Amino acid sequence: MNGFSFWTIWLRNGRVWKKHILATLIGNLGQPLLFLLAMGYGLGRDMAQVDGLTYLQFIAPGLVASAVMYSAALETTYGSYTRLTVQKTYEAILMTPLGVVDLVLGEIVWGASKGVLSGVIMLLALPLFGVIPSLWVVALLPVLFLSGMFFSACGLIMTALAKNYDFFNYFTSLVITPLFLFSGIFFPVQTMAPPVRGFLEMLPLTPIVSLARILCYGRFGEPILLKILGSLLATGCAVWLAGYLLRRRLIQ
Amino acid sequence: MIPANSQQKKISGSHGSQAVVSVVGLTKRFGERLAVDNISFAIQRGRCVGFLGPNGAGKTTCINMLLGLVEKSAGEIRIFDLEAPRFHREIKARIGVVPQADSLDPDLSVQENLRTYAGYFRIPRRIARTRVEELLHFFALHNRRDEIIEHLSGGQRRRLLLARALLNEPELLILDEPTIGLDPQARHLIWERLAILQAQGTTMLLTSHYLDEVSRLSQQVLILDHGQVVVQGEPRQLITDMVGLEVFEVDGTAAELDALAASFRQCNATQERVGDKLYVYAREDCSHLVKVLGEAGSWVRRPANLEDLFIQLTGRSLRES
Repeated sequence: MNGFSFWTIWLRNGRVWKKHILATLIGNLGQPLLFLLAMGYGLGRDMAQVDGLTYLQFIAPGLVASAVMYSAALETTYGSYTRLTVQKTYEAILMTPLGVVDLVLGEIVWGASKGVLSGVIMLLALPLFGVIPSLWVVALLPVLFLSGMFFSACGLIMTALAKNYDFFNYFTSLVITPLFLFSGIFFPVQTMAPPVRGFLEMLPLTPIVSLARILCYGRFGEPILLKILGSLLATGCAVWLAGYLLRRRLIQ
Repeated sequence: MIPANSQQKKISGSHGSQAVVSVVGLTKRFGERLAVDNISFAIQRGRCVGFLGPNGAGKTTCINMLLGLVEKSAGEIRIFDLEAPRFHREIKARIGVVPQADSLDPDLSVQENLRTYAGYFRIPRRIARTRVEELLHFFALHNRRDEIIEHLSGGQRRRLLLARALLNEPELLILDEPTIGLDPQARHLIWERLAILQAQGTTMLLTSHYLDEVSRLSQQVLILDHGQVVVQGEPRQLITDMVGLEVFEVDGTAAELDALAASFRQCNATQERVGDKLYVYAREDCSHLVKVLGEAGSWVRRPANLEDLFIQLTGRSLRES
């Protein structure tokens, strides 16, 4: 019965989000859409096919995955940190029957939901660029949610450790931006030299980008089970660590 | 809503031995520092207990331990006869808290703040709606229901925090500096509402640096200093026992005050000199000495109060931790 208490926190965030809906959507979707336009349409026109896809088709699914990552990670860093410090929302919530576990789940599921929403809007925008996803794309949604959970949890870990907003610069510059550039969104990881390839495939966004490409076009060449299991495991660990660290920060 | 006198009598006649909060040997260490040192107290149903103490005395740590926001190092806490922190979910469902710092949702309206908070208590929507209406009226906020929090005055925010704390119809209300920074009108409105709640039988734990507020609301006080309970009891009784009946505050030159001090030795009173001021705490009727004072510069004669007791027990030096 209490297992779903975190839902009330999700609803609270949703209620606040509705008031700033336009600003957050533009903030979260501006970058991937502009990249799709500049790299895919601008640069990609004169490029050879990659992996049997036009360059625009090649990068589109990965940019969907990156939109999820950005939305989720930004929500649980800047957004959650504001709730933790300036607005004292967490303090107010902990004075009710809700506990730290509810708080952590509510925040992470909320961040993941925002991530999936950004991903879905990106997917809906793809036909405007001439990219038509297959029906398999429906199966991509739970994958995007899983990835949203992972990056929300990472963001919340940063929030639990942060002393001020500047701290998040480390996270975006050293984690999020490199993942955006090196997770196989813009170039195929499979053709890299084996040690480089091995390293890049260990990055948390890489399997999601591969799965996005596979499910977006329904082209099942690579094994997918390992990617899903690996992502599940990484997400489980990240959620646990976020809970542990936030509890340490909130309960003295 | 009007305070019901009959109800008040019934409550005051029935505060038997039922403890809402009972704390034994509560201790909290932050590293080397002992913030709360072996504290024991109980709060009986329907009573208001004032928690007093200089800054850093351990009041907030103590309250946070009751709420599970700080883990206790040792001791036992029982609230509603349930063990804390084991049953915190159940306990917190029956507590209302007015925090010292404003933790309202700034993006939401008055009404949305209350409804969202009601959601945390899993209060069904329909019931929440009527309760929100009642509370908005009770705290004179019904005309501001759709206002964004930013546009509210300090007094309105405090009232909203109080309304929020009452959504779950708490049996125990914890008030941490409920009128800090408010103008006299706003404070009086809050006191009036708290008196009504008391008459209805709500148990309260109040911390405040405004000792007039504590005297007005509390039937029992507990003075903390350096993490320990210095004294606890009924405030009037404590003042009479430890300070006296009335206080004379006299300004004057050292010579004048010396002369006065000598005269006052004829009466059962303790004296204190602070700068060029003499305080005389009279334990009996010293009216016959008033004529001596007539010759002195300026003086006041007033009943002994909680502030005198507080200063006597915790000293005059500043606490800036």
